[in-house]
Amino acid sequence: MIGYANPKRFLDLTRPIPPWFFGVSSTLLAIGLYLALFVVPPERQQGDAVRIMFVHVPAAWIGMGAYALMAVCSIWALVNRHPLADIAAREAAPLGALFTGLALITGSLWGKPMWGTYWAWDARLTSFLLLFFLYLGYIAIWNVTEDETRAARGAAILAIVGAVNLPIIKFSVDWWNTLHQGESIFRSGGPVIATVFLWPLFIMLAAYTTLFAALWIVRVRTAILRRTVRTRVSAGFGR
Amino acid sequence: MMNFLAMGGYGQFVWAAYAASALGLAAATVLTLSAYFRVVRQLSQLPREGEKPLA
Repeated sequence: MIGYANPKRFLDLTRPIPPWFFGVSSTLLAIGLYLALFVVPPERQQGDAVRIMFVHVPAAWIGMGAYALMAVCSIWALVNRHPLADIAAREAAPLGALFTGLALITGSLWGKPMWGTYWAWDARLTSFLLLFFLYLGYIAIWNVTEDETRAARGAAILAIVGAVNLPIIKFSVDWWNTLHQGESIFRSGGPVIATVFLWPLFIMLAAYTTLFAALWIVRVRTAILRRTVRTRVSAGFGR
Repeated sequence: MMNFLAMGGYGQFVWAAYAASALGLAAATVLTLSAYFRVVRQLSQLPREGEKPLA
């Protein structure tokens, strides 16, 4: 595992991956959007507003997944002091913040017609907003701390401590009385939503996941190459 | 067509959610790829290691 984390080896190994992932993601997005907008029938209680679920749930899934990835990379960075681990965590943050922001926006657009309000200080919504602020804090640490080693350590600690929020988000609907509906997909006993909604949702989940993976790999590659440029320029190999 | 756009009376919410998602994902893709190709271009303009430094 650590052998694969050599930046040069990482660049060689990941070179062919992003085009494939972008291709798979685009195909899945096209299929998922077609099913979500043209094939899925209006839901009995939510009507056509249920279609928002197909862009809301995948964004929320990636928002949480990216943070988990960031936390794992941060542990790896603190334990092994491997520079690639810091880069991997840092490059996941802006993407995670974007997907979390999209989940909050699309969630509030679903909430207005269903709950009568764009926002409520409900346990699920509040813990998810906290996730968004954790991303912003993490990005801010990297941007305001001049010493890169100190920035990496501070950001890694925040990422690891903030990971406590992930189970809180997941189980908030079970632990507290929330406006947000209970777990309906990834729950013990299986999903409770009808198959006609489930398949398009899984396709959109796969589309968002492959898109995130492609963007993340490209961002890590960019960061490594940028470091190479800086090293070569400072060594006098350029302007 | 109008019925499809109206989305059973929820059109403004459904289309706003899809537009925000499309905008966010498109912006992330364009910014990520443009940054990547910019640094690849910069790197290609620098002499390779082992070549004589410019200064």
